[in-house]
Amino acid sequence: MKRFTGFVIKEFYHIFRDYRTLLILFGMPAVQLLLFGYVVTNEIKDAKVAIYDQSKDEVTRKLTEKVLSSGYFILEKNLGNYNQIGPTFREGKTKLVIVFGSNFAEKLQREGRANIQILGDASDPNTANILVNYASGIINNYLISMNSGQVPMRIIPEVRMQYNPGLKGVFMFVPGIMAMLLMLISALMTSLSITREKELGTMELLLVSPLRPIQIIIGKVIPYVVLAFLDACIILGMGKFVFGVPIEGSLILLLAESLLYITMALSLGILISSITNSQQVAMTISLMALMLPTILLSGFIFPVENMPVILQWFCQIMPPKYFITIIKDIMLKGNGFIYLWKESLILAVFTVMFILISIRKFKIRLA
Amino acid sequence: MNTILFIIQKEFIQVFRNRMMLPIIFVVPLVQLIILVNAATFEMKNIKVSVIDLDLSSSSRKLVSKFQGSPFFMVKNVSFSDKEAEKEMKKGNVDMILHIPYGFERRLVKENAAKIQVIVNAINGASAGLIDAYSSMIILDFNRQLLVDFMGPDILSSAQNINVSSNYWYNPKLNYKTYMVPGILCLLVTIIGFLLSGMNIVREKEIGTIEQINVTPIRKVQFIAGKLLPFWIISLFELAFGLLVGKLLFNIPIIGSLWLIFLSAAVYIFVILGFGLLISTMTNTQQQSMLVSFFFMVIFILMSGLFTSIESMPVWAQNLDRINPIAYFIRIMRMVMLKGSDFHDIRDSFYSLVVYALAIVSFAVWRYRKVT
Repeated sequence: MKRFTGFVIKEFYHIFRDYRTLLILFGMPAVQLLLFGYVVTNEIKDAKVAIYDQSKDEVTRKLTEKVLSSGYFILEKNLGNYNQIGPTFREGKTKLVIVFGSNFAEKLQREGRANIQILGDASDPNTANILVNYASGIINNYLISMNSGQVPMRIIPEVRMQYNPGLKGVFMFVPGIMAMLLMLISALMTSLSITREKELGTMELLLVSPLRPIQIIIGKVIPYVVLAFLDACIILGMGKFVFGVPIEGSLILLLAESLLYITMALSLGILISSITNSQQVAMTISLMALMLPTILLSGFIFPVENMPVILQWFCQIMPPKYFITIIKDIMLKGNGFIYLWKESLILAVFTVMFILISIRKFKIRLA
Repeated sequence: MNTILFIIQKEFIQVFRNRMMLPIIFVVPLVQLIILVNAATFEMKNIKVSVIDLDLSSSSRKLVSKFQGSPFFMVKNVSFSDKEAEKEMKKGNVDMILHIPYGFERRLVKENAAKIQVIVNAINGASAGLIDAYSSMIILDFNRQLLVDFMGPDILSSAQNINVSSNYWYNPKLNYKTYMVPGILCLLVTIIGFLLSGMNIVREKEIGTIEQINVTPIRKVQFIAGKLLPFWIISLFELAFGLLVGKLLFNIPIIGSLWLIFLSAAVYIFVILGFGLLISTMTNTQQQSMLVSFFFMVIFILMSGLFTSIESMPVWAQNLDRINPIAYFIRIMRMVMLKGSDFHDIRDSFYSLVVYALAIVSFAVWRYRKVT
């Protein structure tokens, strides 16, 4: 046991004496969360709009005012003719052009109908879609208020944004960054630290020492469990106290699930290091095989349901996907373990599988 | 000049004799384009809806079937209790709850207005915004149809009516892939350039071969130029390859001038390579260099406007984004490829990149010390 503790202490020295890495490991979650928490939102406001008003009468002026005072739009410029629309879009600032037909108020009075065209810059399709919808909504509302009493049978949808009323980006970044960083620290750093011993030749020294292989591995892993767990706490704490991301469910369950995920990632790291011999290969595998799926195929940013079916199957074998689901459920929806046993079980199965494979692959014989 | 050529030759040999390199150059872009473009989509289809229809009138049924008939929505379950529906949402089985209260039709007819409730799972804000947009479109549509059904077709013309027609330019079908491909191409060039250059000098340091170079008469500028040019050529080649794949596989439009795309790319790649070299000169091991690169890459990429629009960021973040080279390049690529913007339209971004390239490469040269 004493030997073992000695070994663990050595590993801690390894980590603590590399200031730069340590700084990055603890600075990264803080900086990333701060940046993304404040920066990334999906709320659309102040989109630049250009207006081509062919009639410039009372009604179009009022409509323009309504559109601009909604908070979603600010006026970029007024256009003088149709040909200016193309160049305006090409400049890239204007997202929406509203065209009022000629003799607007007069036609509305006499014929009962007048024309408005809403043109969206759909080179960014989602923004265009949402903006066009906002604008037509505003115009419709105006119409209703103008005709108040005259338009019968109105359906009024009341929309409630459940779990995240402000559509804040933090709500998806806290779980996402946790999954990403815990994976980075646990899998990548562990695999690098073991392969480095192989590369430098010091692995032989360890293998001929009286320490048993299992002790070596566990000793290697413990410091990273501590680091990863601290990082998890930092992210959760910042999420809660800086950004007000609630933790609706049980904190203990949340931490326990994080530990489960860390163990899973660590066993993956051990697996990678047992099949590779150089840091560079370990790094490439970790980056390509871990980071990309963690960011893209896990539902972190893009919902899995929208992907093509083949990719969805692919996502099913990505452990981070389950962890992100778990975290979102506990933090935002306040779900208990009954809702999450399936995901937790899958993570546990992954862990056992990785450990079994790496035990089979781990060679104590010297090459 | 000869010296530079020899260094370039050495670098090329080094790159191509590494067996990992060729697959990385050819396979990674393919995989990235295919997986990323398909995975990175906000295109919503089959939004799962839970319906609570307490009214059970013909109007409410028609509204439900309107949702059922839309390609965007899929009625996943029908229930009569809020609790049950909310439980389904908690489980993650449904994305939206449509609640039609008791007396919906009666109120519509008698009071001329009736409320319905739409509850959206908003954890992913972007999807929630779209779900809201789609559902309100359907409800509005249904409302019009209802009016005609009850009051006859004259009703719409008797009141004052504004005809709103909408039109989506450049991408009438709102195809999200068209939007993503130019951005992903930028990522492709960026990642390859960053990795190649970021790992390069630091590797020579770690192996110890940097000392051999330090004792030769090669000057700093020559050394850096010799290191940069091969990667510059490889990255430009990557871009051409990526454009070709994008054109063949996804049939993305390239409306603007190819020359303009490559001209901007040529400048942009210098920025990225300069960045990589800078990190490479400032770190001691590949592990450190990798971590630092990763740190900057994630921030640059997520703030680049690739996934979320820059305009919706707070002003200070938009200002901060001025030091984000990826943001400039993605903007240029999207504008030129999708809208056919010309040099005059992109000149601000372009000149920023030029200044950036000059600054960062000279900084990297200055930071690289031959004396240890």
